[in-house]
Amino acid sequence: MVEIRKLKTAKLMKKVMADHFYEIDAAMKAGNPKVAWCTSVGPAELLRAMGFVVYFPENHAAILGATRTATDYIPVANAIGYSPEICSYLTADVGAYLKGFTPLAKIYDGIETIPKPDVLVYNTNQCRDVKDWFEWYARRWNVPCLGIESYVNVGEVTETHVQGIAGQFKKLADDLTAATGNKLDMDKLAETVWLSRKCSDLWKEVLEMATHKPSPLTFFDGTIHMGPAVVMRGTQVAIDYYETLLEELRGWVAEGVAAVPGEKFRIYWEGMPIWGKLRENAELFLRLKTAVVASTYCNSWIFTALDGNDPWNSMARAYTELFIVRDDDYKEEYFIKMKELFDYDGVIFHDAKTCPNNSNCRYGLPQRLQEKAGVPFVTIDGDLNDLRCYSEEQAITKIEAFIEQLGERQ
Amino acid sequence: MMQELYAGVDVGSTTTKAALVDDSGTLLADAVGKSGFDFAGAAEEVFAQVLKSAGVERQQVKRVVSTGYGRRNVAFADEMRTEIFCHAAGAYHYFPETLTIIDIGGQDNKIIRVNAAGERETFAMNRKCAAGTGAFIEEISYRLGLELSDLNGMAEKSEHEVSIGSFCTVFSCTEILGLLRRGAKPEDIVKGVFRSVVKRVVEMGAIVGKVVLTGGVVAHNPIIADMVAEMTESEVVTAPHPQTIGAYGAALAARNL
Repeated sequence: MVEIRKLKTAKLMKKVMADHFYEIDAAMKAGNPKVAWCTSVGPAELLRAMGFVVYFPENHAAILGATRTATDYIPVANAIGYSPEICSYLTADVGAYLKGFTPLAKIYDGIETIPKPDVLVYNTNQCRDVKDWFEWYARRWNVPCLGIESYVNVGEVTETHVQGIAGQFKKLADDLTAATGNKLDMDKLAETVWLSRKCSDLWKEVLEMATHKPSPLTFFDGTIHMGPAVVMRGTQVAIDYYETLLEELRGWVAEGVAAVPGEKFRIYWEGMPIWGKLRENAELFLRLKTAVVASTYCNSWIFTALDGNDPWNSMARAYTELFIVRDDDYKEEYFIKMKELFDYDGVIFHDAKTCPNNSNCRYGLPQRLQEKAGVPFVTIDGDLNDLRCYSEEQAITKIEAFIEQLGERQ
Repeated sequence: MMQELYAGVDVGSTTTKAALVDDSGTLLADAVGKSGFDFAGAAEEVFAQVLKSAGVERQQVKRVVSTGYGRRNVAFADEMRTEIFCHAAGAYHYFPETLTIIDIGGQDNKIIRVNAAGERETFAMNRKCAAGTGAFIEEISYRLGLELSDLNGMAEKSEHEVSIGSFCTVFSCTEILGLLRRGAKPEDIVKGVFRSVVKRVVEMGAIVGKVVLTGGVVAHNPIIADMVAEMTESEVVTAPHPQTIGAYGAALAARNL
């Protein structure tokens, strides 16, 4: 059996992530600096520029998923009225909290709990569930919950969109000062936005290494290495990390090292990862000599619009331009552009039971894409965290049948 | 010189099937057995049965391809193919044209589109739910205390088919209890059950070309073919030996390796 090839930089990531969690834990214990929770594509730059240390509960929920503990805790949240049909990040995280469990305590010596925040800050650009999630904790701890109410189904991002969201960003800064006393330093904001942009550019470059044939990395590597882009963007640490990773990947490309030896097919993964089955899925594709070279999910932390010279408008644009915020016409064109870039053979749509906004197969998009651009597709049913919604045998059969189908075409 | 033969073994969730073909793809023998809990044993058993039926020795079988959920349990198989591949290959062999293959199996349904050249265009399977599958019919027959083999005949006698609207097997059972309470006749309920199966299946994907029905459920319940024809307004045929068409497709794959 062929083994998954591991990038050496993964070791550095363990340190980066450990430092991140210890920094937040120390801040919480000392009461300084103040701790802000932030949604994964929320206003991290603003929070850092205002002196907060920033914690991302979606990252914590993904760890619950990857450690296969999520499914144990989801029913706890279901029992207090949070439906099994809603975001399983939310239900896993709240359920784990109610049972006094965090995987962080197992991974990092000295960390006992998730960090209690001084403020919770969301952006609804990805969904309403993140706000509901943060509001649950806000009520529990009597902590302020503030945020950006984003547009949905956006076609072209217009000045009206940008001005509307930029206005909300400015008001959010004032509200954060009123709620916590932390003040905004505009020079620091410009610097943080530039750092975040640099991180984004490097992350994009990392992902585009998969345009090489054979690809040196897969979606499954991406879901691991995206950590710093999510939780450390806006810091030099993330930039240093991706420079190191890029160097290693460039070496692999130069030597022709393939993430999937004997790469025969190239796939685009649309939708959330199935965190509890990451390894199994990576091994399945390895066996099928298929490299999952691109994904909307990993691309979600590319914020090309960020510009330190115009922080408010550029943050507004960057966080509105995201795929998840856009309408289906935009999404169709996006898939076609990605096909040109990555030369993929087909798309796997993951229909995640509890994540409708990341399940883009529910309004006929795969069928339109096939008709318009001849892109073959298959849909698998599953979930990001709730393994009760995932039939592994059925998913394997579908994926194998899809690869057989692509083989017939070749 | 002894003729070279090829076999396919389809280990499904409920039944295990085998098919034996010659070099021309002609079916020489097929067999069906229960999958039970010993997939490897079930595979051995049906394979032995087809050899016996055709009166041939094991050594004459040049290659074996396994398929179905238990395809990895067939130690004597040379290669594996998915049941989606095999149903498409088997159906296309008999009907070499643009097809939509509808397979109603024990625990899953498939709808597979094949173009005129025999290449698969797309396919879908039921979601993680038994509604619309053989398991649904089994559950209903158990609840009503009826023999599975009697259902088709009963449904054909129905004069006032009732509608069963629930998506879920458990909810459908509750709905049926309500229908019985209101005095619905068993044959009308059974016809409603078949209709519900067909509704669940045809909503899985668009129909293009001729419809070929495969799987054990249509083999035992021909009323389903009439319903599919009526609801899709398409030409509908039931594949020859529909229950073993997957094993047959696997045998053809073995021949073509």
